[in-house]
Amino acid sequence: MTAMIRSDGLGKRFGRRWALQDCTLELPAGRVVGLVGPNGAGKSTLLNLAVGMLTPTAGEIRVLGALPTASDARRAKVGFVGQDTPTYDGLSVADHLRLGAGLNPEWDEALARQRIVSLGLDPKQRAARLSGGQRAQLALTLGIAKRPELLILDEPVASLDPLARREFLQDLMEAVAEHEMSVVLSSHLVSDVERACDYLVVLVDSRVQVAGDIDHLLATHHRLTGPRRDPDTLPADQHLVTASHTDRQSTLLVRTEQPILDPSWEVSRLSLEDLVIAYMSRATGPAPRPTLEALR
Amino acid sequence: MTWLTWRQLRASVAIAAVGLAAAVSVLLATGQRLSGLLRTAGENFFDQLDDDATLEAVLVLGGRLVWALPVIVGVFWGAPMVARELEAGTHRLVWTQSISRTRWLANKLALTGLVAAVVGTLGLALTWWSRPIDDAVGQGFNGSSVASVPRLWPDVFGTRGVVPIGMTVLGLCVGVAAGLVIRRTVAAMALTLVTVVAVQLAAPVLLQPHLLTPTRDTIVYTVDRITELQITGPPGSEDMEVVEFAVGLDEPGAWLVDLEMVDAEGRVVTDLPEWLVDCAPHPGSDPDVVAACFDRLEDEGYRQRVDYLAASRFWQLQTVETGVLLLLAACVAGFCFWRVRRDLT
Repeated sequence: MTAMIRSDGLGKRFGRRWALQDCTLELPAGRVVGLVGPNGAGKSTLLNLAVGMLTPTAGEIRVLGALPTASDARRAKVGFVGQDTPTYDGLSVADHLRLGAGLNPEWDEALARQRIVSLGLDPKQRAARLSGGQRAQLALTLGIAKRPELLILDEPVASLDPLARREFLQDLMEAVAEHEMSVVLSSHLVSDVERACDYLVVLVDSRVQVAGDIDHLLATHHRLTGPRRDPDTLPADQHLVTASHTDRQSTLLVRTEQPILDPSWEVSRLSLEDLVIAYMSRATGPAPRPTLEALR
Repeated sequence: MTWLTWRQLRASVAIAAVGLAAAVSVLLATGQRLSGLLRTAGENFFDQLDDDATLEAVLVLGGRLVWALPVIVGVFWGAPMVARELEAGTHRLVWTQSISRTRWLANKLALTGLVAAVVGTLGLALTWWSRPIDDAVGQGFNGSSVASVPRLWPDVFGTRGVVPIGMTVLGLCVGVAAGLVIRRTVAAMALTLVTVVAVQLAAPVLLQPHLLTPTRDTIVYTVDRITELQITGPPGSEDMEVVEFAVGLDEPGAWLVDLEMVDAEGRVVTDLPEWLVDCAPHPGSDPDVVAACFDRLEDEGYRQRVDYLAASRFWQLQTVETGVLLLLAACVAGFCFWRVRRDLT
């Protein structure tokens, strides 16, 4: 199976600053991938490279097996909802649909109209008069009615209030379930990803810290609490993610495919947020940071 | 794509259409009066035109409007074309549909360029309106007002014929390029304003004189053909000196590109002879002295060398200059195509 996005040594430099450097990753097709990471990790740059808004300074990125700007036919296969879900202020909702119909060979007019009706949008309404949530829904409608194989969303809900955020993601999930497509969604909020995605990629400083099916990740990561001990003494099949110690107690976060048999550990499951923060803090260095509190 | 371009352009087109219609109706309404004036006034055409404030206003304001068209089009259509998309983030929407940026820009430039060219035809309308003036100039009628300036002269050449079309298209392309470089609408508009005004000011000086090879002629100085004579120093004193001295060319409506005094060997005279003062007719001067001075000029081989374009070459120069402007516009557009394909987030 072709990966929906595969990058190799991908780098992007703006002036002297590398926004993304030596990024190698592979995202499987048919998934709803949540791309999380701190601000400045290169998420947005990566997604902009994937849709051809940017050209790489180094390395290569292939989307559905081809370069992003290979041809108009390739462009038709990838939908994009950009940061802050841009729409034309002066154009009405109906104008936006006409725009989509005119610029996309695979445009699904019936789907677009049905979505506008079910969202309760007035076709004559100018986009400038829509609420932030409605604008985002309109941008999503354009992305979905294009009938892409892959839909890429760059922080689509960042500027929405919690309710609009929830509605948008729910709507996205329904659309994904109805029309088979792969999705990559970036966010700096784990809760968004938890709600919408089934595959997680944590990106810190251009590096993939962890990637995998979310259920599988949660099933194979454990928090071990017990008497203080050296993490080096762990069995070979238990991979340490983070460790913190008090005078008498150790709290370890480990990944393992096997059951934890050692009775001296108190084993507890992790939330997705714990897991993401663990990998993010591990990547940013050993210095103890307030976020580590969440691990104790 | 054409629909989107049209949708985004139509408000501007409506405003332009209203403006053009208004301007053309003024020209239509006053055109008859101008040609009637030529029939009734004959040789006194320009004097009577001076007295007609309306016709003069139409001519002067019409000329200024045509002059300003490239600036207006560049600032209000060109500069915002891409800059506004970049500012609002809508480029992320439109450039990620199933169409390349090149095609997107090509469509926008072509359609907007077409409308800009139509706007530029106001220059042709003004040319049509001014026919009686050009006829009067062609018949050698003299006048002292701005109206009597031949249409080949740099002052008015750029506001007549097809040159405004080329300049308007160039103005548009300059605006688009400025928007792509600066990425901020207001700043791009300011840069476009300055650039297009500079191009408009530079064209008559740097472009117009170098496009066609002028006709060269040598003229014998005679007293009745003097058109320019400037003397410094108190009259009658030893310090009197001629600084400007020229005779006219018997070519009504021609544009004098260059004018020099040459000596018998054909060399350009930089220091005018001192005795040339005698050639200056002034109250109380002896006509015989003046005549003798002109005879001496002719005998010693002094001639006036003129490089000029005859009035009949108006459309030839129009075509060439418009071609050059469109070529420049194509170069700027080429830059825009190169730039739009680069990173713009």
